[in-house]
Amino acid sequence: MKILVAVKRVIDYNVQIRVKEDGSGVHTDNVKMSTNPPDDNAVEESVKLKESGKVKEVVAISIGEDKAQETIRKALAVGADKGIHVKADNYIEPLGIAKILKKIVEKEKPDMVFLGKQAIDDDCNQTGQMLAAMLNWPQATFTSKVNLKEKSVEIVREIDEGLETIEVNLPAVVSCDLRLNEPRFASLPNIMKAKKKPMEQINAKDLGVDLTNRIQQIKVEEPPKRKAGIKVANVAELVSKLKNEAKVL
Amino acid sequence: MSVLLIAEHDNSKLKPFTLNAITAASKIDGDVHVLVAGANCESVTKEAASVPLVKKVLWCDSPNYQNYLPENLAPLVTKTAKKYDHIVASANTFGKNFMPRVAAALDISQISDIIKVSSPDTFIRPIYAGNAFATVKSNDKKKCVTIRPTSFDPAEKSGGSAQVEKIEAVDVPNTSKFIKREETKSERPELGTARIVVSGGRGLESGENFKLITDIADKLNAAVGASRAAVDAGYISNDHQVGQTGKVVVPDLYIAVGISGAIQHLAGMKESKIIVAINKDGEAPIFSVADYGLEADLFKALPEFLAELNKLNTIQK
Repeated sequence: MKILVAVKRVIDYNVQIRVKEDGSGVHTDNVKMSTNPPDDNAVEESVKLKESGKVKEVVAISIGEDKAQETIRKALAVGADKGIHVKADNYIEPLGIAKILKKIVEKEKPDMVFLGKQAIDDDCNQTGQMLAAMLNWPQATFTSKVNLKEKSVEIVREIDEGLETIEVNLPAVVSCDLRLNEPRFASLPNIMKAKKKPMEQINAKDLGVDLTNRIQQIKVEEPPKRKAGIKVANVAELVSKLKNEAKVL
Repeated sequence: MSVLLIAEHDNSKLKPFTLNAITAASKIDGDVHVLVAGANCESVTKEAASVPLVKKVLWCDSPNYQNYLPENLAPLVTKTAKKYDHIVASANTFGKNFMPRVAAALDISQISDIIKVSSPDTFIRPIYAGNAFATVKSNDKKKCVTIRPTSFDPAEKSGGSAQVEKIEAVDVPNTSKFIKREETKSERPELGTARIVVSGGRGLESGENFKLITDIADKLNAAVGASRAAVDAGYISNDHQVGQTGKVVVPDLYIAVGISGAIQHLAGMKESKIIVAINKDGEAPIFSVADYGLEADLFKALPEFLAELNKLNTIQK
């Protein structure tokens, strides 16, 4: 079996983002970037399935500017076999990303596509489901457990009410939750070896898909700030403030 | 034209967030139609029809829709959507699961998780874990929108009498199978709609110690929340997680205990009306959003807190 795993380069999850004064977006210059966290889980799960012998090949793909290759190299360093970089210098909405991924799926013919359930920058939570719909494949979103069988995959998914178990036929799209596994760190020798792994480059423009964005970003602003609070000295004062000042008890 | 809202329900009752979604839908266009797709779900259609903001209920009954498998539900929504300008659902694990499939099938760029309707084509949505608000305008002819339920008040439940129209089920691909759902049953209020939420983090140190949290919650008739760290550590189940990738809550009172306040946790609770933080680390980021901060050892503070609450007799149910 073969897995295509999609990874996105985003502002690191620990960075406190700053909104640009002109309302055009957030500052990205000299800001630490890294792999979208649940995409790391997607890579880890793909590599684990390869190590179990059920999967033969793991191909990592990222779409974006040249630096997106760093994200692919990281996936190669923890065990992916081959990278595909689809070069695109402008922001592409999840709909366009899904169209690109569909083209790559048609070419690479994987049995499964793994990816994070949500990117922590635009927080859209769409790409996996859109790709599955475009391919007419089933999907498993918010996955926290994977049991790969011969022609299907049994998935435990995290839902608002608790957990849900489903089984989807292959080929399928699997969107990964942070609790799926514990992503490993790349060792230095493996980082060196990853530099020699193949990386294919494709221009998004050459794929023949319509990447016109449909959503116009009018402005980006800071959310309203909370008023500074106070520290209370002890529990009795806390309860008294909650009852008499905030009036919530 | 009208708005098509996809109802979330358990085949016998509407899920509460559907009412919040109806309010949001009515701000887009007053002609709100609700699609109830399920198995033996007539009671849900009656409930939806009695919501005054709802102008029409579309009812599709088939075993294929019993468990809302997106592979089955999305084609029905896609077909039904032909007559509508907006297709709307809650941005929870129900709406997030199927709506992008509908959008892709209709070649629409979905707008996720809106917190405000500025006009029928312009919305405000949080990005970067709520650290920025983006105003976005859809240039698609039809629009697929998911709404953050806690940003809209629930619609009035009774007094309406919308017409219920039966519609035909559509073919399903038979590519997915529902096996089981393990729901955490609790006597406490639901996390998403509770007036008070008491949340615990890694500072609790174990699942057993969460009893300190649940005791307070029971006293206050509150829901129990948790940080991702506490869920990852196995102290409590995933449905309690509050944060960017968990649930977003906006209670009147949010009490964060032993939670440091990572950006991702703040994303799920910082719109709460009053925030209390109890943490032994005075530098913890949670204090930056807290109205009342108590720098204390939670293992001492929580029993004291419970004792103080027991002295009050005015807890609102």
